[in-house]
Amino acid sequence: MTASGTAPTRRRLGYPSGTAGRAGAHPLLRYIAVRFGISVLLLWGVTLITFILTNLVPANPVAAVLGETAMNNPRIVAATEHRLGLDKPLPVQYGLYLWRLLHLDFGTSNQTQQPILDDLKVAFPATIELALYVMILSVVIGLGLAIWAALTRGSVTDLVIRLGSLAGISVPLFWLAMVLFYLLSVVLGVLPGSGRLDPTLEPPPQVTGLYTIDAAIAGQWDVLASAFEHLALPVLVLTLYTLATLVKFFRSALLDVVNQEYVVAARAKGLPGRQVVFGYILRGALLPILTMTGLAFGSLLSGAVMTETVFSWQGLGQYALQASTHLDMPAIMGVGIVIGAVYIAINFVIDLLYGVIDPRVRRRA
Amino acid sequence: MSESLSPEASVAAPPPGTSAFDALPRRRRTLPRAWRSPFAIVGAAVIVLWAIVAVFAPLIEPHDPLGQVAQAVQPPSAAHPFGTDLLGRDILSRVIAGSRISLPAPVMLVVASLVIGVVLGLIAGYFGRVVDEVIMRITDLVLAFPSIILAMIIVAATGPGIQHAMIAIIIVNWPQYTRVTRSLVLGARSSEYVVAGRLMGANWFTSLTRDILPNIASPVLVLATLDFGNQILALAGLSFLGLGAVPPQAEWGSMVYDGLQNFSAWWIAAFPALAIFTLVIAFNLLGDALRDALDPRMQERLQEGGAL
Repeated sequence: MTASGTAPTRRRLGYPSGTAGRAGAHPLLRYIAVRFGISVLLLWGVTLITFILTNLVPANPVAAVLGETAMNNPRIVAATEHRLGLDKPLPVQYGLYLWRLLHLDFGTSNQTQQPILDDLKVAFPATIELALYVMILSVVIGLGLAIWAALTRGSVTDLVIRLGSLAGISVPLFWLAMVLFYLLSVVLGVLPGSGRLDPTLEPPPQVTGLYTIDAAIAGQWDVLASAFEHLALPVLVLTLYTLATLVKFFRSALLDVVNQEYVVAARAKGLPGRQVVFGYILRGALLPILTMTGLAFGSLLSGAVMTETVFSWQGLGQYALQASTHLDMPAIMGVGIVIGAVYIAINFVIDLLYGVIDPRVRRRA
Repeated sequence: MSESLSPEASVAAPPPGTSAFDALPRRRRTLPRAWRSPFAIVGAAVIVLWAIVAVFAPLIEPHDPLGQVAQAVQPPSAAHPFGTDLLGRDILSRVIAGSRISLPAPVMLVVASLVIGVVLGLIAGYFGRVVDEVIMRITDLVLAFPSIILAMIIVAATGPGIQHAMIAIIIVNWPQYTRVTRSLVLGARSSEYVVAGRLMGANWFTSLTRDILPNIASPVLVLATLDFGNQILALAGLSFLGLGAVPPQAEWGSMVYDGLQNFSAWWIAAFPALAIFTLVIAFNLLGDALRDALDPRMQERLQEGGAL
């Protein structure tokens, strides 16, 4: 990611800590420190971008807070501007915003009149709960299908899996959500199609905010069952979508490895098939597979916005959408920063795994 | 399409007994072989078909796409093969009219992202050092932002409208081209023909445009072909969320949203959705075939397995 093409060869040839000039530090620790520093810088950049973008709004934020009659009173307008800190120069406003952010103060939503942090505490776990189950299912099923396709390359199975994944990435996700909602919820009535719980049930006491986990902690089994029922449809839709992307990339990552000499050698010396697949093929393709999984998480968050719209799932996507149509700038800045932070954190973890899996990566850092 | 196929096809099946000349056409194999794959042909045919529909839309539309021409929410019939929507507008006419947005808009999106991304990638890769660092950190920053949230902020700031949605998509879409171009330039800039060019007195501009660009163009163009489908979906998705096309406009994504208002009338959403699907899968089939043909590692697979 940062290595330039003319990286000094002496560093690559070995003796990482000695010749790199920074004596003492363990190469893996130094690698972690560098990646962490970059992540913090990126996060700061995200706050800067959201701040600049939201201040380009041509609409008057004071008008969004006040009604039309109050807008005619210059004194109320000036007081509101002062209260929102809009009478200060932009760099000062940004400094204040950053200071409050460091204290986890995202400001107050113009729309709900609540602290944005409180809104996010409800919306964020809702989306994470979706994303968590989708990622687990897609990675497990996706790896299985990709291995099957790669091992039977050129066969009918391979062709069906490839065409299926091509169709999956080409279908508009929002329509797929509507079709499954109509078939499974409206026509067959097998699964509930909107909300996170039966309207008759109370949400479990909040520990993690994920209803399935909280219900299990509290031992409320009826709530747990209802939470899973309500998760089923949106998770199904997003899994089909994520799976299609992952299978396509996993398959080509595996194909790059399948015919390598070390794999052929492992087969030739008579290792059982399972050991060749997991110990040799998967291991060799692990880095691109990790990268794809991280990227898929990003597009999953975009897909979640549309899925949440169809299934009235009160998550981050719905919150951001309502905020953006109501010109609720503090709220949308909050969502942007939270999602940016999650994305950066995931990439940080993936970078760390790179360093653990592949020693060459940490030497280059 | 048939023109590009016919000369090659005659070469590929020589009359029996001329085996000595079989080796001759080898050098021209890459592109025609891709075009011979049935999926590439189907993809190209569907795209050409939609292009014809878009060009002749006003002539083909049976009704006014914006006019209230019949009773609302009528199922498909002889008079209205795709049915009518919530306002009694003919859906077939609206799907045809929608092709005039959904076909040219992604072309503009891809071309704009391609130009911005490739220029920045060339500069970053060729000059390196501080320029490279600055450009790549900005790229990382934009990539760290989920595109739809960034698009929401931009659209919230500028108001809905197809142009604003397109600007939002371009802002989040160029970095992938910068990354690919930069890494290709890094690979090419120290190769012998580039160094030879510089030694012969070529300045940096000539070196970049004459020596490097033609040699890295094909992978970037394949990326662009595969990107068309994504951009059609991105624009339709923003319109579905109400952040793109504004109401009376016939746009496929916002037409699917109309279907969300009335679930039992499946035809309101199904036909525009199928229009999106056919166009996107056509671009994906074509892009896949082109990539396989241009990737030397895939060549051997194409020959032995013929999986595609």
